[in-house]
Amino acid sequence: MSALEIAARLVYLGAAVCFVLGLHLMRSPATARRGNLLSAAGMTAAIAVTIALLAAGGTAAEGGDVSVSGWAWVALISGLVVGSVAGLVSARRVQMTAMPQLVSIFNAVGGGAAALVGIVDFVRLSGEGAAITASFSIPVVLDVIIGSVTFSGSLIAAGKLQGWISGAPITFRGSRALNIFSAVVALAGGAGLVWGQGNAYLLAAVIVGALAFGVLMVLPIGGADMPVVISLLNAFTGLAVAMAGFVIGNQILIIAGALVGASGTILTKLMADAMNRSVIAIMIGGFGTGDGAGGEAVAGVAGADVRRVDADDVAIQLAYATKVIIVPGYGLAAAQAQRECGELGALLTERGITVLYAIHPVAGRMPGHMNVLLAEADVPYTQLIEMEEINPEFATCDVALVVGANDVTNPAARRTGNAISGMPILDVDKARSVVVIKRSLGHGYAGLDNELYGQPQTGMLFADAKKGLAQVLAAVKTLVA
Amino acid sequence: MTSDLLSDLGLFVLAVLVGFEVISKIPATLHTPMMSGANAIHGVVVVGAVIIAGLADDPFAYVLTFVAAAFAAMNVVGGYVVTDRMLGMFKARPSRPAAADQPSAPTQETAR
Repeated sequence: MSALEIAARLVYLGAAVCFVLGLHLMRSPATARRGNLLSAAGMTAAIAVTIALLAAGGTAAEGGDVSVSGWAWVALISGLVVGSVAGLVSARRVQMTAMPQLVSIFNAVGGGAAALVGIVDFVRLSGEGAAITASFSIPVVLDVIIGSVTFSGSLIAAGKLQGWISGAPITFRGSRALNIFSAVVALAGGAGLVWGQGNAYLLAAVIVGALAFGVLMVLPIGGADMPVVISLLNAFTGLAVAMAGFVIGNQILIIAGALVGASGTILTKLMADAMNRSVIAIMIGGFGTGDGAGGEAVAGVAGADVRRVDADDVAIQLAYATKVIIVPGYGLAAAQAQRECGELGALLTERGITVLYAIHPVAGRMPGHMNVLLAEADVPYTQLIEMEEINPEFATCDVALVVGANDVTNPAARRTGNAISGMPILDVDKARSVVVIKRSLGHGYAGLDNELYGQPQTGMLFADAKKGLAQVLAAVKTLVA
Repeated sequence: MTSDLLSDLGLFVLAVLVGFEVISKIPATLHTPMMSGANAIHGVVVVGAVIIAGLADDPFAYVLTFVAAAFAAMNVVGGYVVTDRMLGMFKARPSRPAAADQPSAPTQETAR
């Protein structure tokens, strides 16, 4: 082992420590940013030392002096530059509401890169006619399958969130059978590679089968389940990267990939629990609706006995309250009303009113997405309270202002025998007075009437979240001016 | 099974356990930045792209190397930048009245 190789191993170790500490620092908003920078510093060091190794010609698995060809340098450097610029520009420009799509796209390219690393190394070795052992071919097959599934699946997920592909579950005659067929092709091709020799056709079958499987796996899943899917695919990419590490015998890939695989798995589980569904049920799909549940007319079973209120009523209630809890939901994110919401909260806070935001774990489109949206609107994170902590507070608040949240506030979840039974909900119905800003009495994702809307203390302000909040904001301002 | 493979497997399992341990303590408030930060970490596959560049010796491999490097670099750079942008928005300002000087145009952080 040359001195440079020893140095590289030590830098990799340091980078792994940076990744773990970086994630550890994400426990508190006060230190999270430092943690991210620490993680990025570790990453930069790991990449730099690898490039130095390449320049010294010492990276080949066999440890020999392989001189890197000029074209390889051109390919590598131009690839790094193009990718970095694309990543930088898209990360700077993206709207906060479009964050889940972007994360999904980064996830896709990460999985794709992991698969490509495995493919290149396999093609090279099989081209040399070298004997391919199972301890090499098994990780290659896993890498290529997981990476390809993640690549195509994440692109479909991003397309659904962006609205390029319908958010509704897409199934067609024989789609399930086709999905199973594609999985069988990928697995059979993989088995052939493990037992047979390196064969380009088998490898192609694995890639095509896995890509098709990724598409067919995500298409039938409704838009509202996308958060769980993205989190799961994130875990998959981690695994694919770890497998790529096994293929090329690089430990930093193994460590970092395993870390991300574990973190993604935990997050997926937390998300699914918060929706009271199993991960399996979500992945089988075909359940639930898209999230563009449009502006149905004001109707519904509870339509007869709901109490309508207008923006002025709401403003008076809010301006003379001592404690207000705002419950932001998907409707707020969809209408991009986080700024109006933040302004209203700030105005009330300024008047000495206690303002808290009740955050259900699955509000928004990714776990914790709502926190990011509200943080963007300059809502102090000390006002963002998670479900377990805020629930006892509802009984002591004057007004609960629900903005575009439906299923997560439905008291029916406390009873057995309906679609959301047992789902953890926000105890909005315990508040002295409730105002719901919502476009219509249309159903949420679970397709249930919300019993909250029929309760005597509840007033409905029928409006788009952005317009409704703007009206209330204006009314409060004239009231207190 | 070679000893190299066994020690790699050991590393893998330990890293998985560390991952579980570290992540399960992160509050829901930070789940999105955390997911995005973890996303950036799997961009470490850029190291893999550098290594395969050293092994590539025909046009097909050069093209794949280019694509792998571009994908991985996009993942790592984009992932860290977007996470930093998100985390920069988490500010603790419990008392300062800020409503008056809040511009409603979303330009604040795009200029960063």
